[in-house]
Amino acid sequence: MRTSTRRSRRLVAFAAVAALTTGVLAGCANDSDDGSSKSGGGNGDGKGKTTLTIGTFGVFGYKQAGLYDEYMKLHPDITVKENVTTRTDVYWPKVLTRLQAGSGADDIQAIEVGNITEAVQTQADKFVDLGKEVDTSQWLDWKLAQATTKDGKTIGLGTDIGPMAICYRKDLFEKAGLETDRTKLAAQWKGDWAKYVELGKEYMKKAPSGTKYVDSASSVYNAAIGGETETYYDRDGNVVWDKSAGVKKSWNVAMTVATSNMSAKLKQFDKPWDQGFANGTFATVACPAWMMGYIQEKSGDSGKGNWDVAAAPTAANWGGSFIGVPTAGKHQKEAIELAKWLTAPEQQAKVFAKQASFPSTPSAYADLEPAAATTAYFSDAPITQIFSDSANTIPTQYHGAKDQPILSAITDIGILQVEQKGKTPTQGWDAATKEIKDVLGQ
Amino acid sequence: MTGSKQALAQPASSADAAPGSQPGAARGAHGRGAPAGADSWRSRLYRWDMKASPYAFIAPFFILFGAFSLVPLLYTAWYSLHDVQLSSLDRQTWAGLDNYKNLWASDFFWTALKNTFTIGVISTVPQLLAALGLAHLLNYRLRGSTVWRVVMLTPYATSVAAATLVFTLLYSWDGGMVNWILHFFGVDPVNWRESDWGSQFAVSSIVIWRWTGYNALIYLAAMQAIPTDLYESAALDGANRWQQFRHVTIPQLRPTILFTVVVSTIGATQLFGEPLLFGGVSGSKGGSEHQYQTLGLYMYDQGWIIGNLGKASAIAWSMFLILVIVAVINMLFTRRLRKSQ
Repeated sequence: MRTSTRRSRRLVAFAAVAALTTGVLAGCANDSDDGSSKSGGGNGDGKGKTTLTIGTFGVFGYKQAGLYDEYMKLHPDITVKENVTTRTDVYWPKVLTRLQAGSGADDIQAIEVGNITEAVQTQADKFVDLGKEVDTSQWLDWKLAQATTKDGKTIGLGTDIGPMAICYRKDLFEKAGLETDRTKLAAQWKGDWAKYVELGKEYMKKAPSGTKYVDSASSVYNAAIGGETETYYDRDGNVVWDKSAGVKKSWNVAMTVATSNMSAKLKQFDKPWDQGFANGTFATVACPAWMMGYIQEKSGDSGKGNWDVAAAPTAANWGGSFIGVPTAGKHQKEAIELAKWLTAPEQQAKVFAKQASFPSTPSAYADLEPAAATTAYFSDAPITQIFSDSANTIPTQYHGAKDQPILSAITDIGILQVEQKGKTPTQGWDAATKEIKDVLGQ
Repeated sequence: MTGSKQALAQPASSADAAPGSQPGAARGAHGRGAPAGADSWRSRLYRWDMKASPYAFIAPFFILFGAFSLVPLLYTAWYSLHDVQLSSLDRQTWAGLDNYKNLWASDFFWTALKNTFTIGVISTVPQLLAALGLAHLLNYRLRGSTVWRVVMLTPYATSVAAATLVFTLLYSWDGGMVNWILHFFGVDPVNWRESDWGSQFAVSSIVIWRWTGYNALIYLAAMQAIPTDLYESAALDGANRWQQFRHVTIPQLRPTILFTVVVSTIGATQLFGEPLLFGGVSGSKGGSEHQYQTLGLYMYDQGWIIGNLGKASAIAWSMFLILVIVAVINMLFTRRLRKSQ
């Protein structure tokens, strides 16, 4: 009897192990078609309901503005699910690998402007040509051009853009004895970021204690380069960052800031930067439209009515996104419809009303209404007017696949060394050069 | 069926049967009139089970190891000999040893290697010494000893991300608590993140904070296994507490200390999460002069931020080779120690 119980126990154990093993292996096998089963998952209930997934990063605002709910109400047979990854630098590598594996991608994938050129140049065949599906003339020319391949295929529809303005603390400006009127201020620095920096020297002469003129030299660089036609690549896709007039000009402006005492020396989107907003330790920041919500959140009540918005020295763009439909999706037709609807001017206006992400479709500008709270927070500044003026005159920029790492090398290596480690501008430039050569594999 | 296999199977089944009786007889006794065919099928199944089941038991590990470690390992080696970009994984062009040559000539690689080493030393050495001291204290009769032990293990139970975020705030240049305390001693605010030694010290302190308790507990367990008569005879010889610690505890702990050294060394070589999160935005650069970029961080930066997977794979394999070298040195060292004992 003992033999058989022991044997049966062993058999049970064996069966358990076998079950576990096959379970694990089956798990692996299932994983590969996870994406399609995810996007097709809605079919399971037998009512013909389709689940569309949309992959985004950061805060896109679609959910916050209630657009998914609205779409589902309009289309009762569709369920929309958003998969959010907070950080772009985590999101994008994941999307790249999934696109190339041909599975696992969402029905709609968001693409940040810093990655759009890489997507256009290397992933065009993985996306549906949306240019055939919509009236492309709705979008700003440069926005459309960014997502269009050389042979005219549009892989993504523009969502928001980042037209630039200068957000400034009226109360601090007054204490420092500077002009506080937004139109007069804009006139003082109009046309040149160097003039904006010059004003910083004025500010520092009578600066309220514990405050600086600007958050960081990198943010000035970022803003200035956003208004240049020539940045890191030329029209034909050659790397020209070391000869580029735009880079040189923006670098010099940033160097004036980095070598002076006007910078709070903060790193943008770091915790201390947030605290800087809360404590009012810097008086100005170059603010693209999407930063308005961020400032409101981080500055909180103490900043209410103290912040104001003036036009930036040059029309510049910083940030913005696209959404594309991967060809691997099971529900391409439905996904295209949703993408079209989400990027239509009316919907973009709704997102703007919710969180000030600025539309990339000019037809929406005429009756754009920011949230009442936003207007009040920024001293009743004519936000729509300022941003749409900027949006309409942003120059067309040429982009390249390694834009993002090159920018990061200049700001996080070059400028940071000068600003925080006391290196000379020449040393900073050399360090950035070395880094960029490494990035480009030269 | 060969004779030897049957011979192997026989003793096992006879061991299960009642002593002294023939295996066949034992079977027959509780055979419940089963036909001879079924019986031989059963015994064959049984024999098969005897031989196969050990393999089945260890199979899950090896299957998982193969699928998630060995295959990627070899694939990484293959990648490291090619030019592979994250954006075009399917287009791999043969590059031979170019990626390795590139690393050899790259200042960033050597900086990362040096950083990994220095951060490893300034995090591991104080950590193990402190752990030893703490374990020694905990080894005394204490009120509420369990509480102390649990408290010590708490840092180990917190996540890297949470711990690092808090430390980053403490070390913040402007308004951080560390600089605030230093100012009472007349020290000017230190830019912890951008200074060369400051940043390495800061990163190390996170590692020390998280792992000291864990090591202390391992030491404590080993200390409690030391027979008390050793201490008693040492005390009779007039040894004070410090002498007891030096001449009884430490020699007795030698194998345990070696174990923790090996484990900490491996941990230090793979250091990644702490410096990445300490750097905040674009933390993968490890500071504007790469002053705290470890090898793991350098690999991540090359592979996932810059998108050069071929080079990242070469870094991965270089790290592997470095670990092998470290392991060999460790082994020689251990053997030496054992011989001298």
